[in-house]
Amino acid sequence: YRYSAPIKVDVEYIQGSHDQKTRVEKKGVVIGRMPIMLRSCSCTLYGKTESELAKLGECPLDPGGYFIIKGNEKVLLMQEQLSKNRIIIDMDKKGNLNASVTSSSERIKSKTIIQMENQKIYLMLNQFVKKIPIMVVMKAMGMESDQEVVQMVGRDPRYAALLMPSIEDCAKEGIHKQEQALAYLETKVFCVVPLFCYCLGVEGLEVLSGEELHTPYSFLVLFNGNILGKHRKPQHFAAAMRKLRRAGKIGEFVSVFVNEKQHCVYIASDGGRVCRPLVIADKGISRVKEHHMLELKAGVRTFDDFLSDGLIEYLDVNEENNSLIALYEEEATTETTHIEIEPLTLLGVIAGLIPYPHHNQSPRNTYQCAMGKQAMGNIAYNQLHRMDSLLYLLVYPQRPLLTTKTIELVGYDKLGAGQNATVAVMSYSGYDIEDAIVMNKASLDRGFGRCIHMKRYCAVNQKYDNNTQDRILRPNRDGFDSGPMRVLDDDGLAAPGEIIRRNDILINKQVPIVTRGQFKSALNDSEFKSVPQRYDGPQGESCVVDKVALCSDKHNNLCFKFLIRHTRRPEVGDKFSSRHGQKGVCGTIVQQEDFPFSERGICPDLIMNPHGFPSRMTVGKMIELLGGKSGVSCGRFHYGSAFGEPGGHADKVEAISETLVRMGFSYDGKDFIYSGITGCPLQAYIFMGPIYYQKLKHMVLDKMHARGSGPRVSLTRQPTEGKARNGGLRVGEMERDCLIAYGASMLLYERLMISSDPFEVQVFTACASLINLPSRYFPLHVNKPFYDVIPTLPSQKPNIPTLTKLFSHWWTVRILSVFI
Amino acid sequence: MSSDNEGTTSSSESEGADSVKGNATLEFIENLSDVPMGRLPSNIEFQRTRVDCKADAPIHTDTFQYSGAYSSMRVENSFLDNFCDNFRVEVIRLTEDEMEFDMIGIDPALANAFRRILISEVPTMAIEKVLIANNTSVIQDEVLAQRLGLIPIKADPRLFEYAENNTASEKNTIVFKLDVRCERSGQRLSVKSKELVWLPNGSEFPLESQDSKTGLSSKPKTYTSFTCSQDSLPEFSGNPISPALGDILIARLGPGQEIELEAHAVKGIGKTHSKWSPVSPVWYRMLPEIVLLEDIEDQLAEKLVAVCPVKVFDIEDIGKGKKRATVARPRACTLCRECIREGKGWENAISLRRKKDHFIFNIESSGVFPPEVLVTEAVKILEDKCDRVISDLS
Repeated sequence: YRYSAPIKVDVEYIQGSHDQKTRVEKKGVVIGRMPIMLRSCSCTLYGKTESELAKLGECPLDPGGYFIIKGNEKVLLMQEQLSKNRIIIDMDKKGNLNASVTSSSERIKSKTIIQMENQKIYLMLNQFVKKIPIMVVMKAMGMESDQEVVQMVGRDPRYAALLMPSIEDCAKEGIHKQEQALAYLETKVFCVVPLFCYCLGVEGLEVLSGEELHTPYSFLVLFNGNILGKHRKPQHFAAAMRKLRRAGKIGEFVSVFVNEKQHCVYIASDGGRVCRPLVIADKGISRVKEHHMLELKAGVRTFDDFLSDGLIEYLDVNEENNSLIALYEEEATTETTHIEIEPLTLLGVIAGLIPYPHHNQSPRNTYQCAMGKQAMGNIAYNQLHRMDSLLYLLVYPQRPLLTTKTIELVGYDKLGAGQNATVAVMSYSGYDIEDAIVMNKASLDRGFGRCIHMKRYCAVNQKYDNNTQDRILRPNRDGFDSGPMRVLDDDGLAAPGEIIRRNDILINKQVPIVTRGQFKSALNDSEFKSVPQRYDGPQGESCVVDKVALCSDKHNNLCFKFLIRHTRRPEVGDKFSSRHGQKGVCGTIVQQEDFPFSERGICPDLIMNPHGFPSRMTVGKMIELLGGKSGVSCGRFHYGSAFGEPGGHADKVEAISETLVRMGFSYDGKDFIYSGITGCPLQAYIFMGPIYYQKLKHMVLDKMHARGSGPRVSLTRQPTEGKARNGGLRVGEMERDCLIAYGASMLLYERLMISSDPFEVQVFTACASLINLPSRYFPLHVNKPFYDVIPTLPSQKPNIPTLTKLFSHWWTVRILSVFI
Repeated sequence: MSSDNEGTTSSSESEGADSVKGNATLEFIENLSDVPMGRLPSNIEFQRTRVDCKADAPIHTDTFQYSGAYSSMRVENSFLDNFCDNFRVEVIRLTEDEMEFDMIGIDPALANAFRRILISEVPTMAIEKVLIANNTSVIQDEVLAQRLGLIPIKADPRLFEYAENNTASEKNTIVFKLDVRCERSGQRLSVKSKELVWLPNGSEFPLESQDSKTGLSSKPKTYTSFTCSQDSLPEFSGNPISPALGDILIARLGPGQEIELEAHAVKGIGKTHSKWSPVSPVWYRMLPEIVLLEDIEDQLAEKLVAVCPVKVFDIEDIGKGKKRATVARPRACTLCRECIREGKGWENAISLRRKKDHFIFNIESSGVFPPEVLVTEAVKILEDKCDRVISDLS
C-alpha cells in the first residue's frame, strides 16, 4: 500500500541504576518508514532502461516525482508564501503605511510591523500586547538622546520632521532613559545573524556610524534580508559576485540584485524563489556557440556542463530586473545581458500542449489549461495492469497532427488524449447553438470518441472479534437469485470477461449474524445471513468485468477488487473540446449521407458553429486547422510551439498556405462543399480541416437522472437530493412561475401539495392532538376518508364536518405542509 | 445582357395583368426582336445551369425543380422531357474497387439520391455477433467485436435474407472462426483478417444449456441452426466466403496470448451502422467549366499558368511573338481559386463555373462488390422506392 523505506537508527543509551550503569548499543532500530519518491535515486526504478522498466511492468514515459501512500499517488504541491526576512511595505485597510518583516530562523518565527498611524510611528510585535511608540523602542535599545536617533535615521531635515510626532508622543509618556523604556516594554530584545564574506569590500556594520550608513554614494548590502554592511561600488560588487557564481564558487541559485532606487544590493540564497535558466550574453553576443551545440548533440556536453562553464545561469525574479533578456538571439542588442534558451519554455506541460497559444486570447489558454486535465486518453503504457478507482481511456487515441516541441518532450505524442477530427466550421440543423457540435454517425460507428470507463468496486472478507469471519459461497446455478448470480464463477466472485448489468451480484458473501461476544469455533449455515454485493452501474447498460484482484488489507482481511469496464460511444450531451478552451456538447448525431462533403469526397467528422469564433478570438484554432490540413495533405507533422515562428518551432501561416495551394486546396482553407441533403453546392466556401479534439470526462450517462417517486428524508419528509440518493428534482420558484403562467393549476397543486411532503396521521376528536401510533392500531385503515387540513394548534378543533359514530374517536388526517 | 434583363421583367409583369389591354401589350413585347421566347434569356439560363464560383462565395448553387418555374417566359422546366433524350453515363475509369464515371443530364437531387443510397441503403454482409470463447489479448472484447464488424466481407448479400426473428440459419448468417495464439517463446503476432476462417456448417460452439441433456443424440445444438452446409449450396461451392481484404489488422498478440472466437455476419444496411456501407467513400463533383472572359496575354498568361497548382491553363501562340492563355484541362480544377485570388481584375477575367447537370461520380468500393455492381444495385433500390411511391399513391 505504501512505497516506503525503513528509517533505521543506531541507538545508544545507559541502563541501570547509578551503581551499575551499562551502556547499551542498538544498531539499525527501525523507528518508522519514509515514503520514497518514484524515480528518485533511492527508488528501484532509478536509472533503469526502457526494456528493464517494461519487464517490471512500469511505464517508461512515467516521469515519477510522486509518492505512493495508502495506494494513492501523492504529489508535493507548491505553495505561495510571503518572503521571509524581507521588508514588505504596503498599505493596510485603514490606509496606514506598514513596513512588516517576518523573521524566521531555525527556532523562532516572528512578525514585526512598523506602522505609521496619524503621523506617529509604532512598532507591533506579537510579544507585545499593544502598539509601542517607535521612540520607546529606540530608547530601550540604548539611544537615549533624540538627536542620536535622528542621526541614525538620517540627517536630512525631512526625516527629522517625520519623526517629530513620535518624539513628542514619547516625551508625553515621560520616557527618557533606557531603563524607563525597558520598564515600559517589560520584555527584552534581539539576536544577531551569521555573517558572510567581506572580501569583496563590504564594510561591516561595526565599523560604520549611523551617519555613515546613510551616505548617498554607497549601497547597503543585504544577505537574505539581513544587513551585512555597505559597499561603495555596487555594480562592481554585483559583477564580482556574479562572476563567482558563474565560476561555480558560490551556489547557482544565489541571486544578486542591485536596487538603484533603494540604494541596496540584495543577495539571496534562501529557498522558495523561482529561478529560470537563461543563456548569458556578453554585449548581446551569446556565450553559447555553434560548437557547444554540436557537443550537446554528440552527447559530450550536458545541461550541467553549460551551467558549470558559465554559459547558462539561473536568474530569480529580482535579478531579472537587473537584466535585459532578449527573446531571440537576433533581437539582442549591445545592452542585452541574457537570451532566452527557447521561448516555448515559458509555458509548462499543460499549456505547452496548445498549438499556437500566442495567437489566442489569453483567457482561452487559461481555460484550456483547466480542461486539458479532463480529457480522456491513455495514461501510461501499463494502464491496463493498474487498478485505479476510476479510469477513463480512449479506445483509439491519436497523436495530434499539429504538435508542439513540448508535446514531443513530455511524450504526449506517445500517449495522446484526443483524436484528429475533420471539422467543418458551418452552421447545421440548429442543434449546434451555444457551442454544441454536430457529429457524424459513421465516424462514431468507426470509433471516433469511443471511450472506456473503468471503475473499481471493493469487497472485504471481514474477520470479527469472536473468531468468526465472512464467507463466500458458490452461486446458486438455478433457483433463487440465479439470474443476478449469472456472472459469478464457482468461487463466488464475478468472473473476468463476463457481461454484467445493474443489480447483478459481484460477490456472493455471507456474514455471521453474531459478530461479538464469546469465541465461536464452527458456525452453522443458519448462523449466517446473505449479504451479496450488487453492481450499481448505469441502468440498461451492459458492462464487463475486466479484472478481479485479491489482496489483504491492513487488518489482514482478504480483500476483493473488481474492475468493471464500460465501453461507451459518444451520445448526445457528451462533452468535447478542442485544445483552445472551446468546449461544447454533442448537440445531435447525423447520418453520414446527410453530412456535407467536399469535392474530394471528404466528409467531416463534426461540424462546429462559426459563432464560436468571433467572441473567443481563438485564432490559434484556425491556424491549427490550416496546419493540420496542410499536414495531412503533405504528410508531415506541423509544429505550433509557443512563440516558435522565428525559431523554426512553429510553421508560419504563409508556408502552410503555400503547401495547401500546392496540394490543390484554397490558401485560406475553405473548400467548395456540397450539401448532403439537397445535393447542391453550399452558398459559401466552408472552412474545413482537421482539429485535434478531446473527449472530456463529463458524460451524460453519469449525470442523467430523473425519478417519479422515491426515497424521502425522514426528518422533513421531503424527497432526498442528488443523483446518488435517487433524489427528486426541485420544482423551484421559476418553474412554479411557469406553471402559474401557463395555467396548469392541477399540475401545480399536485407538484407542490401531493408530491412534496404530505403525510397521514390520526387525530383524536376530543383534543385534536396527533396520535403517534403505527397505523395497524387503527382498524379502519382501509377505506378511510381523507380530509385535507392545515395543522392547527391542539386547542383549536379542526373545522371538519361531524362524522359517523364509527369514526368518532379519531380522524385520519392528511397533513400538507407546503405553503407558497 | 442588360436588355435581356429588362425584357424578362417587363414580360413577367405583363403576364400578371389580366385585362385585354394587358394582353395587347404582351403581344407587342413578345413580337419585339430581342425578346427570346421559348428559351430562357442567357443570364437566366446561366443561373439555371451553372454554379458561378466567385472568389468570396459560390452563387446560383440551387436548382429549380418546379416545372413552372420559368412559365412566365414560356419555358417548360419539367425534367422528364429532356432526361430521356439527354441522360448519359460515361465511365472514365474502372478498376477492381474504384470507379469514376460521368452522369450527365441529371438533376443534383437525383445524383444525390444515388450517392445517399450507395452510402446507406445498399445491403452488405457484416459481422454483427461475436461469440468470444477466450480473449487474453490486450484488446477488450467489445473493441475487438467492433473492429471485426468493420471488416468488409466478400459475400454477395443478394443471396442472403435479413435475419429477422433471430434464428441464425444458412440463409441469413455467415459464420467465421478466429482461433489464434501467440507462442510463449515467440515474437509478437499481428492478427490479420485473413485468419478469419469461414465455417460453412455454422457455429461450432454448443449451446450451454444443451450439452448435458441431449448428450449423445445426433449432433449438439449450437448457436446457429443450419439445415445444410453453405458450401453445398451452388452459389458458394466454387466461391468460398472470406473477408474482402486479407491484411486488415485485427489485433496484436503478445507471447502467451490467444483469441478464440466465432463471428456471425448478417445482412444489413449502412443506415443502421456504417459497417454495412459498401463504399468507403462515394462522392460526386459537378463538372468544372472555366471560361476566360477576357484575353489574358503574355506575362499575365505565364503568371496564370504558373499559379494554378493543377495546371488547368495552357499557353497558345497567337503569332507576332504574342502568347495567350487558354483553358486546357478544366476537369482538373479543384477550385482552389488561386487564379482569381489576386484582385478583382482576375475575377472579372476568369469565370470558374460548375455545370449543374453533369456529375463526376467517384466510387471507392470497400471490396464487397465491384463498383459497377454497386451502381446497378443502387439503381434497383431507387427503382423500388419509386415503385413504392407509385403504388402508395394509387
